[in-house]
Amino acid sequence: MKRLYSHFGDRVFAAFLLLLGLGVVVLALLMAYELYRGGSLALNRFGLLGFALGREWDPVIQKTFGAWPYILGTVIVSLSSLFLSFFPALATAIFAAEYAPRWLAQGLNFLLDLMAAVPSVVYGLWGIFILAPWLRDHVQLPLYMWAAEHASWLVPFLGVPTGYGLMTAILILPSMIVPFTAALARDAIALVPREQREAAYALGATRWEVMRLAILPLARGGIVAGAFLALARAIGETMAVTMVIGNSHKLPYTLFGGAATMPSVIANEFTEAVEDLHLSALIAVGFLLFWVSMAVNFTAAWVLRRQERLVKGAV
Amino acid sequence: MRKVQAVLAIMALAGAALAQQTITLVGAGATFPYPLMAKYGDEYTKLTGGKVRINYQSIGSGGGIRQFLEQTVHFGASDAPLDDARMKEVRDRFKTNALNIGYALGAVVPAYNLPGVKETLRFSGPVLADIYLGKIKTWNDPALQELNPDVKLPPLPITVVHRSDGSGTTYVWVDYLSKVSSEWAQKVGRGTSVQWPVGVGGKGNEGVAGVVKQTPGAIGYVELTYAKQNNLAYGAVKNKAGRFILADLATIKAAANVPLPGDMRVSITDTAAPDGYPIASFTYILLYENLSVNKAVKSEEEARALVEFVKWVLTDGQKFNEPLIYGALSPVAQQRALALLSKTTYEGKAIGKEIVGR
Repeated sequence: MKRLYSHFGDRVFAAFLLLLGLGVVVLALLMAYELYRGGSLALNRFGLLGFALGREWDPVIQKTFGAWPYILGTVIVSLSSLFLSFFPALATAIFAAEYAPRWLAQGLNFLLDLMAAVPSVVYGLWGIFILAPWLRDHVQLPLYMWAAEHASWLVPFLGVPTGYGLMTAILILPSMIVPFTAALARDAIALVPREQREAAYALGATRWEVMRLAILPLARGGIVAGAFLALARAIGETMAVTMVIGNSHKLPYTLFGGAATMPSVIANEFTEAVEDLHLSALIAVGFLLFWVSMAVNFTAAWVLRRQERLVKGAV
Repeated sequence: MRKVQAVLAIMALAGAALAQQTITLVGAGATFPYPLMAKYGDEYTKLTGGKVRINYQSIGSGGGIRQFLEQTVHFGASDAPLDDARMKEVRDRFKTNALNIGYALGAVVPAYNLPGVKETLRFSGPVLADIYLGKIKTWNDPALQELNPDVKLPPLPITVVHRSDGSGTTYVWVDYLSKVSSEWAQKVGRGTSVQWPVGVGGKGNEGVAGVVKQTPGAIGYVELTYAKQNNLAYGAVKNKAGRFILADLATIKAAANVPLPGDMRVSITDTAAPDGYPIASFTYILLYENLSVNKAVKSEEEARALVEFVKWVLTDGQKFNEPLIYGALSPVAQQRALALLSKTTYEGKAIGKEIVGR
């Protein structure tokens, strides 16, 4: 009797878990469906490809909507900031996990967590009032002057050095996403079995060789997962980017000039989009963003699984 | 959207259930008049001894119009009146008219950052349009110098700053530029978000003001309220009568003292009033003429409370506009607004006429 009861309880528990688990999946699917339905007016008018690759976003005169400048803006900003943040984050993780004394590592971890917890609007304000003017005066203007004198072919790619544009957005994001990569990489490095290190040392490896041959390959899954998490955050980041990117509807072909990302255009125009087609186009941008984020997450999961199999094979 | 509706509905229900005596009027819409609406709400609740409460959600004009059409709110609020297509939609769907009742005025000013220039600059509509079209590129351009003969303008490049978020402020600004420049009207047009030919987009008034403050040579447009509160330098604008007018409470009130059409759906930018500031506009409360078609209005009592509240806003409530730096209605505008309100009916009863005439 007792056994039967516990058996029954197990089944209830399993069903409960299944229900909650499916709930998450259903929620994601519903979200995609709702975004599609909301954006269908624009998607039907321009076609999925026509909308995704359209270069004009003019809610007033032509009433045409194309998301290409925003998709490109999102991809450029998030990939560049991932690239800029990855190596500093990895170095921080290695230092915190392997080199730093305990007290320093703890302090470092605390600061990293703090960086992740600062609201993005604070980063944005810092960007408007400090980073952008500083970049304009100390980086963009000198570079622009130099290019105007010595390399005039470069000038059209630089754009007007106002301080508010693509470059500032690319430079403000890494400070927001470093904590994600660093924290996951640090944990992955710490989880590498001690025997691995000892074996490597026993073979006469130096500290750098131990890191390169024994630790990093095993921790690679965690490091890559952290990088993908950071990328997902960079893709979705709205407030700080919106505040410094200059918000231009044009294709982002200059480094200093304005650009826009998918989240930034939604945040900017959603509240006052009166016309149905305009609103629908914004929701359709959300629909595309959903798939972009989804693709990133699936890639991350795939890489992780492959790494796990590799590690299992090694141990 | 669904969620917002559900929340609003629950809040309305909860409000009704908590106290049978209390009537909660739910409104949603423009963010620009939010401080004013909050003040109206407080004062009106005090005045009625807590019997009528105002719950105003500042979700943006676009959201306000949608909630109004979905009938989840007693009144909508918008910085721009409903356009002809929306008016027709209301007539077709609900067999009644929508009323656009202006109750306050706002102004948009050109703010700038010019180191070394202490004088108040003068602008004209065509010059502002050319700056925003990217045709006037430096501050010592002859067109600007001609308007400001006594000012030594520096040869700084002009950094154009505009709002990146859709907003009623943008609508008023580009509406004005469309009226004074045919090139602007054809290339860019008017809307809450437009395709800007040049410039940096800042999010919100604070974003535009932030960029302007940090960039020598920048020009941006912000609401008068915001410019005053943050001590931004802003210029005078030449109006239709040829006078250079600096925006203040008197000149935006004067801007609306012109012949107005009966339905108040009018843009008063580029006003003909000789003392009027040319970049001003009404902000509106949206009501159904036949209040019984609005599903949010549940009883005659609620309909009466709504009309009483709007009447109070248009009359006694006007004294709260100017301390918060919103323009008060001119006599002509007040007359028009009350005439519109008196059209309201509930189940065939002319409650508007009765309450306004009292």
